[in-house]
Amino acid sequence: MRILYTLLIKEFKQIFRNRFMIPVIFVVPLVQMIILTYAASLEMKDIKLALVDQDHSTASRFLTSAFDGSPYFKIMFRSEDEREALRLLHRDRVDVILQMKKGFGQELYREGPMDLQLLINAINATEAGLVRAYCTRIITGFNSQIRPEWKAGGGLSGNPAVEIIPAFWYNPEFDYKIYMFCGILVILVTLIGMLLTALNLVREKEMGTTEQINVTPIRKYQFIIAKLLPFWIIALFELGFGLVVGRLLYDLPVVGSLWLLFLFAAVYLFAVLGIGLFLSTISGTQQQMMFVAFFFMVTFILMSGVFTPTESMPGWAQQINVINPVAYFMRVIRMVLLKGSDFRDISRDFYSMIGYASVILTLAVTNYRKTT
Amino acid sequence: MTGSGEDIIAVRDLVKKFGSFVANDRLTFRVHRGEIFGFLGANGAGKTTAIKILCGLSYPTSGEIRVAGHDVYTGREKIKRRIGYMSQKFSLYEDLTVSENIRLYAGIYGLKRNYIQERETQLLESLGLRHIKNEYIRKIPLGWKQKLAFSVAIFHRPAIVFLDEPTGGVDPITRRQFWEMIHEAARDGITVFVTTHYMDEAEYCDRVSIMVEGRIEALDTPVLLKKQYHSANMNEVFIKLARKR
Repeated sequence: MRILYTLLIKEFKQIFRNRFMIPVIFVVPLVQMIILTYAASLEMKDIKLALVDQDHSTASRFLTSAFDGSPYFKIMFRSEDEREALRLLHRDRVDVILQMKKGFGQELYREGPMDLQLLINAINATEAGLVRAYCTRIITGFNSQIRPEWKAGGGLSGNPAVEIIPAFWYNPEFDYKIYMFCGILVILVTLIGMLLTALNLVREKEMGTTEQINVTPIRKYQFIIAKLLPFWIIALFELGFGLVVGRLLYDLPVVGSLWLLFLFAAVYLFAVLGIGLFLSTISGTQQQMMFVAFFFMVTFILMSGVFTPTESMPGWAQQINVINPVAYFMRVIRMVLLKGSDFRDISRDFYSMIGYASVILTLAVTNYRKTT
Repeated sequence: MTGSGEDIIAVRDLVKKFGSFVANDRLTFRVHRGEIFGFLGANGAGKTTAIKILCGLSYPTSGEIRVAGHDVYTGREKIKRRIGYMSQKFSLYEDLTVSENIRLYAGIYGLKRNYIQERETQLLESLGLRHIKNEYIRKIPLGWKQKLAFSVAIFHRPAIVFLDEPTGGVDPITRRQFWEMIHEAARDGITVFVTTHYMDEAEYCDRVSIMVEGRIEALDTPVLLKKQYHSANMNEVFIKLARKR
């Protein structure tokens, strides 16, 4: 016990004497939480629109004003000339072209199929999907507003029998920021836990002090606990710090239990730190370690569902996510904070994480060698 | 001095291979309790490889090796309690102070806090380093660091201390002082196993072995070696042996 205590004192002293640590623990996460939350948000404003109105009817003008009034669109170009509009799309001056051909208003009267053309720049598929969704929303609104008015004159009853009114549960204002923020926080806590652990151990290897430690009678488990515990505490602290920042900046809701979140995070971090430890056992220098860690982190993060829902990934990708710890925490933090899930709801993830942490820690400890 | 009770290190047919390269080729030697044993050889002769095996840092390929009464295959952790080690790479923590380094290593060997405190004061007094007790290691001169590293390596009073090129890059005066410390440790009953490049240092040893390309070519007291190779000093002995191959 005293040996462990001696080692822990040493680690904490070294960590907080490192001038690099305080910025890493406070400043870098703060900057990321502010910048990335906005940057990663999927909300679009000022979509550049080109309007090609070849109809000049009341209907076309009405639709135009619907787009004009929307905060999501900015009309950059109005003309009858579709070629010119296409040219602008090619040159990235506009994101989308809405074309109302001649007879658009007429067709509305007749209640036949009505043609409306949308040309969307789909180089960025996500963006295109959003643009389409926004356009559809406005056009649907236009539809339901304008058709009864017209038809009232003609005596036709055109009201749709079923009207869909979506209700957004757990995030009623459709605030993308708090959703993103949870994701960013998971990434931060993971990065800090994994990289700091791995860097610390490899740094000792590089300096040659591990060799000195290896000729002493220190047990392997003592050395490893002394290496993991400080970063486990720092990463949990980081989670708390992030939650406070989220509360202050984004009014982050905490619907579920914070104890539950921290309980899960405590187990999760053992898995993450175990990966860090494992990486450091397979690499000899900080560069090697960073390269391997980078590969794992990018894969883990992009597959975790931070930007794109995991449910929309192909089956095999969802299978891979079984070994992606980030995906578990990503799911759990949103469930607990935004939805208020209790232990029963996350128990599967919780037990999986316990299994995961045990396996990876065992692997890392057995792979760490005092003798070569 | 042939009884195994007197021999603190007993090595027979130690072989260490890295792939097809033979770093240590059937080394056989014994080190007596309390002596200063010089382990000489050119760069790449296999000294560090052998020392690492004796310290339990590396596995031998084959051979019978006993250190401080324990077998290196089975008693590695027991050996580690009874040895000290100072490598050519600098082994103190640069971002800890002089005093913190002493307490760290002493604490690792499970020494009691009061005892550590007492010995630390004594040690810093005798090294004349009390005034830099709270200075970071990275800020103190190399000569002091090395004396300190040696003192830390024998702080827990090991049976043997292994020194791997302890005086590399140090001025002659400090080297001289360093060897006085080694002799003092030997007088206290600690066996000293030391590698070096400096042949004048070899003269200070009770016995020396000279390694050439992975084999021990000669092993005796400096006086007898000089006689045997008709040389005025150890430098000549070393050159003659190295040329022979």
